[in-house]
Formats: sequence, C-alpha cells, structure tokens
Amino acid sequence: MEASQFKSDQYVRFCPGCGDHAVAMALQKAMAEVGVPPHQIAVISGIGCSSRMPHYISTYGFNTIHGRGGAIATGVKTAHPDITVWQMSGDGDCFAIGGNHFIHEIRRNVDLNICLFNNRIYGLTKGQYSPTSPKGFVSKSSPFGTVERPFIPSELIMGAGGTFYARTLDVDMPTSVDCLKQAHLHKGASVVECLVNCVIFNNGTHNWIADRNTRADRTILLKHGEKMIFGANQDKGLALDNSQSAFPKLIVVDANDPRVLVHDAKTKDMTLHRMLALMGYEKYTDMASFDADTELPIALGVIRSVEEATYDQAVHTQIENVRAKAKAKTFDDLTANLEHWEI
Amino acid sequence: MNKQNVVVRFCGDSGDGMQLTGNMFSSLSAILGDEISTLPDFPAEIRAPQGTLSGVSGFQVNLGSGVYTPGDKADVIVAMNVAALKVCALGSKFNDPKAVFNPADSLFKPNAVVIVDTDSFTKADLEKALFKTENPFTELQLPETVQIVPVPLTTLTKESLKDSGMDNKSILKSRNMFALGVVCWLFNRPIDKAIHFLEGKFAKKPALIAPNTKVLTDGYNYGNNTALNIQTVNIEKSEGLPHGTYTSIAGNTATAYGLIAAAQKSGKQLFLGSYPITPATDIMQELAARKDMGVVVVQAEDEIAGVCTAIGASFAGDLAVTSTSGPGLSLKSEAVGLAVMAELPLVVIDVQRGGPSTGLPTKTEQTDLLQAVYGRNGECPAVVLAASSSANCFQFAYEAAKIALENMTPVILLTDTYLANGTSLWKIPSLASLPAIKPQGVPDKFKGQYNPALRDENNVRYWAYPGMEGFEHRNIGLERDFAKGTISTNPENHQKMVLARKAKVDQVANRMPLLKVQGNENSDTLLVGWGSTEGHLHVCADELGCALAHFNYINPLPKNTEEVLKKYKRVVVCELNTGQFASLLRSQFKIDFLQYNEIMGQPFAVERIVEFIKSL
Repeated sequence: MEASQFKSDQYVRFCPGCGDHAVAMALQKAMAEVGVPPHQIAVISGIGCSSRMPHYISTYGFNTIHGRGGAIATGVKTAHPDITVWQMSGDGDCFAIGGNHFIHEIRRNVDLNICLFNNRIYGLTKGQYSPTSPKGFVSKSSPFGTVERPFIPSELIMGAGGTFYARTLDVDMPTSVDCLKQAHLHKGASVVECLVNCVIFNNGTHNWIADRNTRADRTILLKHGEKMIFGANQDKGLALDNSQSAFPKLIVVDANDPRVLVHDAKTKDMTLHRMLALMGYEKYTDMASFDADTELPIALGVIRSVEEATYDQAVHTQIENVRAKAKAKTFDDLTANLEHWEI
Repeated sequence: MNKQNVVVRFCGDSGDGMQLTGNMFSSLSAILGDEISTLPDFPAEIRAPQGTLSGVSGFQVNLGSGVYTPGDKADVIVAMNVAALKVCALGSKFNDPKAVFNPADSLFKPNAVVIVDTDSFTKADLEKALFKTENPFTELQLPETVQIVPVPLTTLTKESLKDSGMDNKSILKSRNMFALGVVCWLFNRPIDKAIHFLEGKFAKKPALIAPNTKVLTDGYNYGNNTALNIQTVNIEKSEGLPHGTYTSIAGNTATAYGLIAAAQKSGKQLFLGSYPITPATDIMQELAARKDMGVVVVQAEDEIAGVCTAIGASFAGDLAVTSTSGPGLSLKSEAVGLAVMAELPLVVIDVQRGGPSTGLPTKTEQTDLLQAVYGRNGECPAVVLAASSSANCFQFAYEAAKIALENMTPVILLTDTYLANGTSLWKIPSLASLPAIKPQGVPDKFKGQYNPALRDENNVRYWAYPGMEGFEHRNIGLERDFAKGTISTNPENHQKMVLARKAKVDQVANRMPLLKVQGNENSDTLLVGWGSTEGHLHVCADELGCALAHFNYINPLPKNTEEVLKKYKRVVVCELNTGQFASLLRSQFKIDFLQYNEIMGQPFAVERIVEFIKSL
C-alpha cells in the first residue's frame, strides 16, 4: 500500500516546523508498509497537539478527552481484538492526567500501538512544564524553574511490565518508520517514544542529540541481533564494565573491542533494557546536570520487544473456553436454569 | 391464624448469615405462591465487632398477597443476639442510652412476635450491647403485647450437631438454619420444600447439605413438638398475579439480565467497563460470571476508565455499559459528555446510595436525579430512566439499552440500594416476547461518503464503526460541523449542533409510553413519585383513596405529563431527597407542587406519608 492511502483530506494544522509533522508522515509510511487496510485500523487520542493526529490519518479515528485515550483504546481493542488500534498521546496527556490509564494498559499488555510524543512541554495550553520537563525547567507555570523530578518514560513503562519500548527522534525518519512498523507488528502494548520538537514553546529541546552535526556521536541506534556500535565513524561500541564495582556499568569502548555487546531486544530480563534506556538520560532529568559532553549516547530504536500473552486475546479466549463447555448459551437458557415456578 | 401478609425481620451479627437466611425464607415463600418484597439492611463494615450494636445486620421481608413494599414494621422478629433485639426494639434510637421502646421508632409492631436466642443473654453479651441490667426486656420496656419467644438457639444447634464431627465454629455458624426451621414451622412452610431448596442452595458445597438439613429440621420440630406458646400463621396465597413462570430476583441481578437480553435481542456484543463500588458491584460480578453469554467485562483501573473503555467499545460497535454508584457517576461526568458529543450509544447505570461524597454507602437515597439530568459541562442532554421495583430493573435496563442503540445517545438508568439489594417476584419473559431492538446503522448509499455528522429524519446520527469498509471517519469530543462532521468553531454551527443534540434526546418521548395514573383517578389529590418509591406510594394512594402518577421516564418526560398533572387540585411530589424531581417539574410546568421528602437513608414508611397527606 502507499502512504498516501493513509492521509486524510484534512489540512494538517500542526505549527510549521513542529516535530509532529514528521511523525505523521512516518506513521502513514509505516501503516502502508505493514498493509493493514484503513477500515481495520482505529487511531485513538486524548487531548493535546499530538492528539490531533487522528484527524490526519484516513483510518477510523477518535479524538477523545484529555488523558483518556488509553482507556478508550483499551475498550476498542478488548471489544474487538481484530481491529488494529493505535493511540496517540503526549507527555502531558499520558503521564499527568492519563497516567493511571497509561500504566494499566502497559500492565495488562493490551495489544495497542502507542505513539508517545515527548516534547517535554504543554503545547496546546501554551507553554507550561510537563511531567517530563527536567527539574529546574523554566516555563510559564514555573517562572523560577520547577522544583519537581520528571518521569523518565522508559523507566515508567518497564516498571509497569512493558513488553515493547522503542525511542526515536522526529528528525530521524527511517528510524521512526522502523520503530512504528515494529510496534505495529508486535503483539502487546508497544510504546514508541517520539522525541519531538515544540517549535513554539520548547524549541530545541532535543537539539543536543537531534542536531545533524552531533547526532551520530550522541545517539546509538540499537538493532536486535546487531553489535552496539555508534559514532560518526562507527568507531565506538558499548560494553559492560564491572571493574569498578560489583554492578556493571555501560561504558564506551572501541568498536573492535571484543567486549562490544550484541543487542537482544527479545530477552525477557529487562535489566539491560533499562540500563540502555536510561543511558545518558540524566541530562534529561535535571537542568543542573546538563552536560552535552558526556560520553554515553542516548539509545534509539527498538530497545525492548518481548512476546507475552495479550489482555484482549486472553479475555476472548476465556470467553470461548467457557462457552465451549457451557450448557446455557442464550438468555432463555439462562433463565431456565434459575429456580422458578409456575403461578 | 390467617393473615393477608406478614412482615418478618431476621437480624443478628453481620457474620450470622442473616442475608442468606432471609433470602432463603423469601424465595421459599415465593415458591409457595406468596408475593414478596425484601429489604436487606446491613452495616457498611464487613465484620463489625461481634455482638455490638453497630454490627447488627437485618433482612426484612413482606410476604403474602397485595405486597408492594417490604413493610414499615415487622410482625415477626428473629433476633440472633441481644444487640439485634435492642436495635430492632429501638430503631434509629438504638444508640441513645435513655431510649426505651417507642412504637414510632421501633422496627417491630407493638403486637409483634419476637423470637430471640436466650443463650446470648450472658453478662458479656449484655455489656457489648450496652445493657445496664440483666433483663433486657424490662430495660427496653417492651409492652406486654409483644410476644417474646425465648429459644436457646445456640444450645439447641450444638445439641443438633453434636455427632456431626464439625468443629464448634462451624456448628455455631448453623444457628441461622435452626432459626429458619422455627420460622418455617411458624408460617406452616412445608419442611420438605425447605430442605429441597437448601439442597439447591448448597449444591456446590455438598458437605454442608446434611448438617444444615439436620439443623433446619430440628428447628422445625422444635417449634412443632414443644408447641411454643404461639399460634402458627397461615398466609394467604397471592391471587392477583398473572399466570406465568416466576422467580425472585434482586435488582442488580435483574439489571444484569436486562442487559444480557438486550444484547442478544439486538445482536450486539455486550461490553461492561466498571469499577467496584457499593452498591453497584453485583452487576459487574453477575456479568463477569456470564461468559457463557459472551459478555466482555473489563474491571477497569478506576471509574473513569470504566466508562471510557465502554465508550471505546461503543465506538467499535458494541452495546456498551458502565455501572456505578453516585460518587462514580461524578467521576464519569466528563466521559458521559464525550459520549453525548460523539453521539455514541452508552448505558450508564447509577445504583444510587446515600450521599454526598462517600456518604452512606449501604443505604438508599434518590439524590442523584439532578446529577444524572444536568451534571455535565456544556449543554449536554442525555436520556434518564429510573427503575421502580427490583424486578423491573430488568425491563428498564433493557429499555435503556434499546433507547441508547436506537437513538445514539447515552442513557442513564437510576436504580438504588433498595432496589439493587432487595428482591421481588419476576415474571420471566422469553427473549421472543421482548420488544425488538433495531440498533441505528448506516445506509449503504453513504459508503465512500460517510461522515460522523450524518443523521436521519429523527436527528439520530448514523452509526458506522471500525471494520466497516468505506465508512472510515474521525469522531471527536470537539464541536463538529453539522454537514461535514469535521472540527468547527463556527458560532451558528455550534448553536445548530446544540439544538440538534437536544432535539434527538427530546424525540425519544415519541417512542415512550404515556404516563398512567394509578389509584383513584378522580381524587383531587395526586401523589407524584419516581423510581424506587412506587410500591410505597401505591400503598399510600390505596390507603388515602387518592391518585398516583409514578415516573420511570425522567428525561425526556412522558408527553402527557402536563396534561395529567394539571387535572389535580393538589399535587404532592414525594421523594427520598430534598425535592429534586419537584424542581425538575417546576422548571417545565407552571403548577403549584407540594413536596414530601425524607432523607434518612431508608425507604419511605407508608404510615408517615399517609399521616402527612392527611395533615394537609
């Protein structure tokens, strides 16, 4: 199928330069490459800039209320597991007002594909800090800087037992398409954290990794089964080092070092997945510790992709099993089994 | 002695099995041809300290013919301990150290038969029940007309089961069966029927059948052989009921069955998104157990997720339902607004309880009416219905589903604790006999040019959902263009859409039954009620010889409402709140409404209303 088949007739109203434009295009491309027809797909969102996304995708869509996209998507998928369900959400929608639904859709492992647009700001309400804004972040609602710690999305997702987590950058179209495609194909709650720029209220928030000149050295693209190698010259690798302490740490080594790790996204043990997801992330959590010269890169690509039973299938399998054995199948059978008498 | 109907109240510790005993006796009586109406009355605590006043759990049943309510006061009391005796004798004054028996407060009549376990008259038990002397009867100043029947229940139960090999704790748990045996004797219930019923009740725990049967039989024989110094009572069988197959059913079960029937009749999958809350939880539990009927139940992470998963299922084409009680309805308000805006079918069941806030979770009240009608942001009309008996929770759950599916609107069904936990006789309908449900669909001609604003001649939006090729669309909680269905902030369009959504809800009245007047139509006094008070008001109207207009349809109101109300000189709106329905009626009709209101967490007492009307 063609990406154009997934474009709706609506004029796209993201701000010029907004990172959401790129993710919309990546999403349409990923949908086309997977090839599920538009009438078999539902795109559900809450409220926020990114939650306008359903309007621009030619599938079924539902732009609902703030924070509740996760619960509504859970309803669609659990009612009809044959429908492919996407959820579009931002860092405010998903981690603040919708936090409870988010952790529970992950915990249940509902087979949803969740695009998490993280621009670390409230855009649609015009510039307040969000649950992913770093400590000390100055915004309209934190004129003297925030005094609270942010959520680290990957940590929250894995803490809730997440089976799929990928991270991509708005400016990295091939990685975005690949992550979204893999999320689409993965059975279970798949989260793709899209680091997007808010050109109006938080311009350049991801620049230190997104910048064309430094991106290759400050990010690493993880691929299942491949060595963890990065750098403009592909000369650096990641390895585990326990020479300093009993707990191994990720370190940067020469690409030819035999200790360079091979990425295994499919192992159930999430220890290394968490380490990779948190790698270099301290910069994201506190303005005071921002130091672009740190050696460890930010991980992009599919960090974790584990197959586990999905909630929606389990619900229907249980119903089918009970029905196969049940004598009563209709309302009239049900009432016939009650204690009853004639008058 | 023959009686038309008798009110029996079982009461004891919340661990004494009073609800089970009461339910068994009620069902047994119903099988024997009595009409029944029951009132479980239990504390919010699961197990309050044993033997204390706050731990007393009660179950009242009215049986016989012409039964419309569980009865104001009991003719027969079974008190499993002295605390229960005190609570029944003093009613709401049980905590007052100076209180003595007073016919107005007492839960039983001055000529009641009071069966009481005299083994509980120990010093420790008397102290726990805050008695100051060793003679509770004298201390309570029970009138001589009360017939005390002292039965050493505990001793007799132990004696009955001494060879059973059961441990002492299990033996003591069977005291309620001994009491049930005595009551069966008192009302001439054939013991074999009771045993048969007990076997059915314990079918899944066969080891309990033999000991319980023995205790039940011994209780029955105790009454029979020792010829307790009271007359047995013959209750008249009901004559007025239409022929058919009956069972006794609690309101929450009836609600769940109504939804199952509606799903099967409409060909839709039934989806429930819900969160545990007293007193609505039984609906979720009943439906979760009905996987054989193909019901999909999501026990959500919170009330909001309960309604939102349901909205998701509705968007996907299901008969979608959420069940809750007042505080939960507050939490769901925004999402119900989404369903109004997105014009999706949704059934919201609110089993009302005492409020506000956490309020009185196990008590009954009619205080969510205005919340149901108005409690959302914006101009946000939804259909509101109210069931009026435990059995007709079935009919109105079915009706709620039918209206939602046919009119693409949320429907809020109000029941309450009294209906939910109480039971009444239900004439079991066949699925074939129920009215057809034709869910809104979309004509084929719109394939390829469908949008979510397209509506039919009744203003009902056409329904297309994921999986239907050629009907892909984007639904929204934002205002949409009347013609194109896309986001619109145009001023004239908004007004047009507000009115279209209102017109859609208003036209539901065209398909609703007209309001009927019960009782003496020619009286100059009309009682007006809604929801669960119908039985009580029916009896009031009978006693007063006046008319009654009882509402099951709250929004929109039946089309002939004004015509009916205007015929009467005196219109008295009676409800268990401070006047919510009265204010709704005042907002629509220029009629001088009088009010009778009680707000004590209990159903009406017929005698108080009758007294009030007579005083006017």
